[in-house]
Amino acid sequence: MGIQTPNGFNLDNSGKRIVVDPVTRIEGHMRVEVNVDADNVIRNAVSTGTMWRGIEVILKNRDPRDAWAFTERICGVCTGTHALTSVRAVENALGITIPENANSIRNLMQLALQVHDHVVHFYHLHALDWVDVVSALSADPRATSTLAQSISSWPLSSPGYFKDLQTRLKKFVESGQLGPFKNGYWGSKAYKLPPEANLMAVAHYLEALDFQKEIVKIHTVFGGKNPHPNWLVGGVPCPINVDGTGAVGAINMERLNLISSIIDQLIQFNEQVYLPDVAAIGSFYKDWLYGGGLSGQSVLSYGDVPEHANDYSDKSLKLPRGAIINGNLSEVFPVDHANPNEIQEFVVHSWYKYPDETKGLHPWDGITEPNYVLGANAKGTKTAIEQLDEGGKYSWIKAPRWKGHAMEVGPLARWVVGYAQNKAEFKDPVDKFLKDLNLPTSALFSTLGRTAARALESVWAGRQMRYFQDKLIANIKAGDSSTANVDKWKPESWPKEAKGVGFTEAPRGALAHWIKIKDTKIDNYQCVVPTTWNGSPRDPKGNIGAFEASLLNTPMVNPEQPLEILRTIHSFDPCLACSTHVMSPDGQELAKIKVR
Amino acid sequence: MPTSSQDNRILVLGIGNILWADEGFGVRTVEEFHRRYDVPDNVTILDGGTQGLYLVNYLEEADRLIVFDAIDYGLAPGQLKLVRDDEVPRFTGAKKMSLHQTGFQEVISAADLLGRCPKHLVLIGCQPLDLEDWGGPLTAPVRGQIAPAIDLACQILAEWGGEVRPRREPLPASERLLGNDIDHLNYEMRPA
Repeated sequence: MGIQTPNGFNLDNSGKRIVVDPVTRIEGHMRVEVNVDADNVIRNAVSTGTMWRGIEVILKNRDPRDAWAFTERICGVCTGTHALTSVRAVENALGITIPENANSIRNLMQLALQVHDHVVHFYHLHALDWVDVVSALSADPRATSTLAQSISSWPLSSPGYFKDLQTRLKKFVESGQLGPFKNGYWGSKAYKLPPEANLMAVAHYLEALDFQKEIVKIHTVFGGKNPHPNWLVGGVPCPINVDGTGAVGAINMERLNLISSIIDQLIQFNEQVYLPDVAAIGSFYKDWLYGGGLSGQSVLSYGDVPEHANDYSDKSLKLPRGAIINGNLSEVFPVDHANPNEIQEFVVHSWYKYPDETKGLHPWDGITEPNYVLGANAKGTKTAIEQLDEGGKYSWIKAPRWKGHAMEVGPLARWVVGYAQNKAEFKDPVDKFLKDLNLPTSALFSTLGRTAARALESVWAGRQMRYFQDKLIANIKAGDSSTANVDKWKPESWPKEAKGVGFTEAPRGALAHWIKIKDTKIDNYQCVVPTTWNGSPRDPKGNIGAFEASLLNTPMVNPEQPLEILRTIHSFDPCLACSTHVMSPDGQELAKIKVR
Repeated sequence: MPTSSQDNRILVLGIGNILWADEGFGVRTVEEFHRRYDVPDNVTILDGGTQGLYLVNYLEEADRLIVFDAIDYGLAPGQLKLVRDDEVPRFTGAKKMSLHQTGFQEVISAADLLGRCPKHLVLIGCQPLDLEDWGGPLTAPVRGQIAPAIDLACQILAEWGGEVRPRREPLPASERLLGNDIDHLNYEMRPA
């Protein structure tokens, strides 16, 4: 029997149930269960993930100025973004402003992370959903070279280059160990690229691994070290001394020149490798436009990359801010993080307890009290679930909603908001990308569209880095070398009680931290992360979240090889690294979350 | 023994998530190693956290690698195990022996594919007792293995021509590997 959700999706769980656990090539652990009909089309989807149990447990009574260092450890991938969000939350609570240079440097660090994450995500976590590595072994290196040169002026494209690469790959595969290429459904009919396109993509897979070495130098220069760069409430921790030659940690012209050259390289990689690859791959998957889910309907972007220091207005934010609901792109709503009626988290289907679970809680008043109980129709036991019951509690992820609406967040959401606002820098590249592939605008709302938006955003971010680097240098040359404001550094200068919110656009979507400070210590601290939005379970009204919505109506070539599910889930760049898993010698997961 | 530091670059790496009790073993051990010892120029000490694939470029720049990590070899909690070279799993097989293996194994494997994997690998692992205590301290049996794990690393380093010396002056707080209240001592002094 089918049911219709309030947000307009038809669910039918009468067909065969397929369990994918774990979903591979993501950070952390998640599980997906779907029901398929007689034609192997997905008619019901249930996504569940593990998530932390509230950073407030760890941060309570700590110094707010140190919170960034803790939040940087929540996740190995989003380190800098969490730190930036944290210092913004504290600054918002205490009314601390930052200098213009600090704003430019923070933007450079955030944009560098954006490019880094997008490139690594595409090549190392997502490309293998489109690219058949084993097929690359049968490619003709000469034809691969012709293909590569027809789509880009990137210099690494000779027949000899691809021949060498293919030999290396052959040796690697023949060693009997696929290494990073394990868990692929090689040979599946769901792969559509010719061998040459596969070989080209594998070459770029390796080049991307090399390329990231340069990007992280930006964090080393501005953050003092990497991984885990330093951050500072009130600005950035690196002093500027343009004439200095050896001052430890200080930014001088030599370092600024190094950053300029890295920015040039990443712009080139984005424009000559990443975007052409996505377009080339997309051209073979034009008839595979599934996976849109909520993207054509309800999307949310907090916005980020302020043009002016301390100005978080819609006008100042270069990554757009706003909410679109019910598919009405002609109206973009403002978003207010401080309004208790806008962003709320629900737990009726999550393994937590609220005093009244029909209602949501705004993060300032958020609580995280575990309650691990399975629904009445679940199969298996608490330590070995065979099948979840989506009618009961079924995920460690809470269900955040904006004014009651389930929302998709991430690069596609940001670009849909920018497109709807008619901003040329977002609209034109989308239109060009689709036109080149001879696809209509509606094709944007798909798995392919999500993947394309990420590539377009990487290109955009590279150019913005050039802009902020030039702005930083011009400002320094004009005589301003200030990078930190310490006026309110001392806790004696703070009010007895304060609360604030900091937000960013993490690579994978909207991220915000809400903080309450009491007697100079942290009283409450809540993070709502992008994967909480996208991976959320159902809410009290039955609205489904972005992952679940995106899987519906997708036909599977072979349910035993759930490539289509991986492809669409990966397109969100999910991150559930915030938790831990013990693997037993036979690869089974031993530990389930213990309820505290 | 190699004499030139040119082809004897050594990376001492700790990995894990300090927020999950014994998961923090690798990071806490490398933190303590750094606090105690001065290392020669050819030795790099790195707190890798849970960075996964992002660590591949650090591996590429090393000829030899020592990794501290929590492992699951089905041993008694707090038992140490040292694994060398080919025994360090490079590929995800049936056995998953380091808790970051799906992540870190791919890092080693990716470095391999690039043809730039360190020539010598040593994994110094510790069997955890508790990985589920969110925000909790290292458990006593695991904490007790930090010093022996460091001693093992020092022996290996001596073999490799990367002899370390105890610091003459205590390391100032500002130069610790982890600061801002997440150093081992302050992290575990949980404010009431």
